[in-house]
Amino acid sequence: MLRFKLVGAIVAVGALLAACSGTGSDSGTSDTAKKNYTYAVITHGAPGDAFWDRVKSGAEQAGKDYGVEVDYSSDADPAKQSQLIDGAVAKKVDGIVVSMANPDGLEASVKKAVAAGVPVITINSGVDKFKDFGAITHIGQTETIAGEAVGERLQTEGQKNVICVIQEAGNVGLEERCKAIANTFDGKVQNLQVDGTDDNAVQATITSKLQADKAIDTVVTLGGQYAIDASSAVKDSGSKAKVATFDLSEDVIKQIQAGTILFAVDQQPYVQGFLGVTGLYLKSINGNDIGGGQPVNSGPAFITKDNADAVLQFAANGTR
Amino acid sequence: MTTATVVDERVARTSTLTTLLKRPEIGALVAAIAIFAFFAITTDVFATPSGASTWLRGASTIGIMAVAVALLMIGGEFDLSAGAMTGFTGLVVGVLTTEYGLNIWAAIVVSLALALGVGAINGILVMKTGLPSFIVTLGTFFVLQGIDLAGTKALIGQVAIQGMSSVPYYDQAKQVFGSNLSVNGGLVYASVFWWIAVTAVATWILLRTKTGNWIFAVGGAQTAARQVGVPVFKTKVGLFMTTAGAGWLVGMLLLFTTSTVQSNTGVGQEFIYIICAVVGGCLMTGGYGSAIGAALGALIYGMVNQGIVYSGWDNNWLKAFLGVMLLGAVLLNEWVRKRAETSR
Repeated sequence: MLRFKLVGAIVAVGALLAACSGTGSDSGTSDTAKKNYTYAVITHGAPGDAFWDRVKSGAEQAGKDYGVEVDYSSDADPAKQSQLIDGAVAKKVDGIVVSMANPDGLEASVKKAVAAGVPVITINSGVDKFKDFGAITHIGQTETIAGEAVGERLQTEGQKNVICVIQEAGNVGLEERCKAIANTFDGKVQNLQVDGTDDNAVQATITSKLQADKAIDTVVTLGGQYAIDASSAVKDSGSKAKVATFDLSEDVIKQIQAGTILFAVDQQPYVQGFLGVTGLYLKSINGNDIGGGQPVNSGPAFITKDNADAVLQFAANGTR
Repeated sequence: MTTATVVDERVARTSTLTTLLKRPEIGALVAAIAIFAFFAITTDVFATPSGASTWLRGASTIGIMAVAVALLMIGGEFDLSAGAMTGFTGLVVGVLTTEYGLNIWAAIVVSLALALGVGAINGILVMKTGLPSFIVTLGTFFVLQGIDLAGTKALIGQVAIQGMSSVPYYDQAKQVFGSNLSVNGGLVYASVFWWIAVTAVATWILLRTKTGNWIFAVGGAQTAARQVGVPVFKTKVGLFMTTAGAGWLVGMLLLFTTSTVQSNTGVGQEFIYIICAVVGGCLMTGGYGSAIGAALGALIYGMVNQGIVYSGWDNNWLKAFLGVMLLGAVLLNEWVRKRAETSR
């Protein structure tokens, strides 16, 4: 009922505006031009993070392709992220794409946006809560799905003893990945905290760990950059450990081709950004709900020696 | 015989031990030995050549910066842009070579020139405006961080340098900045030699040259220094350029050791440099400290960092352990220094 009234109100306001411009001096533009939609993409990604950079690229490419405006902003702090959502609602955007690393922190703002009639699509994280909050759909791959896929893969490769390298202290998603690996992997999984802003220290710390514990046969890194550090560390320490990683980069793919990295699991961040905006666009022009209320998976895609060649050029462009 | 000759205390002979105890770095030296002994005894790998190579490596890049930052702190200033500078210089070389095909050595020189330029801007702004260096360099820190991110993204469409190792003459530059030497089963990285060289040069400048006296003078009493004819402006701008130059050196060491650098490289490290300098005996107020002390501070940091991993402790606690150890080192440092000063 409330929703119906709101829609009615919006339609009425829209009609009023149309009428105004119709009688105004500046006639023509709003009648002939296609309505220019504006969507806000609000994530919890840290600036400079290669993964979120690809989400942003995907969203912006979709904006260009559909001729709509896409405003990307991000803040890792849920309180500030919810302010960004409130701001977008106040600006009367036509839809919001949001990543919910901390759904509880964003609940009020997301519900407010939905109540104000702004369509919301969640991406990346927040699959458990998107329905409750009234979002159209969720596009992503939970940390659990990705982590468990890695665990299974390592199990079939016959690995026994894994260290899971966490490059950012206090990041919930990274912790979840490591935990998910342990869910499907029968061997031992230990977490190793490193300082992600100092690659030299990352290499030294992984080297130290490999020297201290010779039983380690696998290093799993949670970002493409750190896989490069890890494979150098393996070499330096004289260990026989294999390296596997989440996320891609051109260098990672080259090392997969060379056999120094076993595989990379790609949750296809570009897809998350692109599909997020696509979902809103379809809602705006055609009233579609992608997935019909079910979440849509963007990954995981495994990159191994077999398919590395095909992916290389896209990674070089910064879109894979 | 019974009447002791009264000697002016300024020219009185002091025992070698007392002279030693008065040095700023002595507390850090004691702490470093204690921490080394602790990890050497409690872990198997720490004191082996391969173990030592990792903590020396971790300490080396931090140490180069800590020594430069110590000189600046002795001169009475701070540089919060020092961490971001290490990423900036590496990104400049990475972008110019991988994207624009510039000769790698030319790119390295361009990067050095840009770094020294930023250092000079820091120094000139601090001296001309009278603003605290804390504020000025905080500004340049944000500017550099923004350029690192937005500039890199705009120019190469990525936030990390890719494909560096296939750039022509990469191997030459790697020889200088990123190679390693196998000694007795452990690897000694080029950065360690650079660290030793930087520390030696800085110590020589501080203790044996006129410039060294100027640095102590401008940090201890700037007005008095100016009145006796110390070129305050030149000295301070030179110090800011020195930290920027050290940032460039570390940027090169990181780039050519790891073959990649990303836009968040070095962010947050500036405080570690300051902590190492303070652990090494630099006073926050300026006019007192030493280069060797800062190098020892970095050594402590490196040893604790890797020692925790060797010990197999849950390294979610790493930062907490680190904090306690650093506080302990500073307190020990203070205690030793006070004892030394009262036992004249």
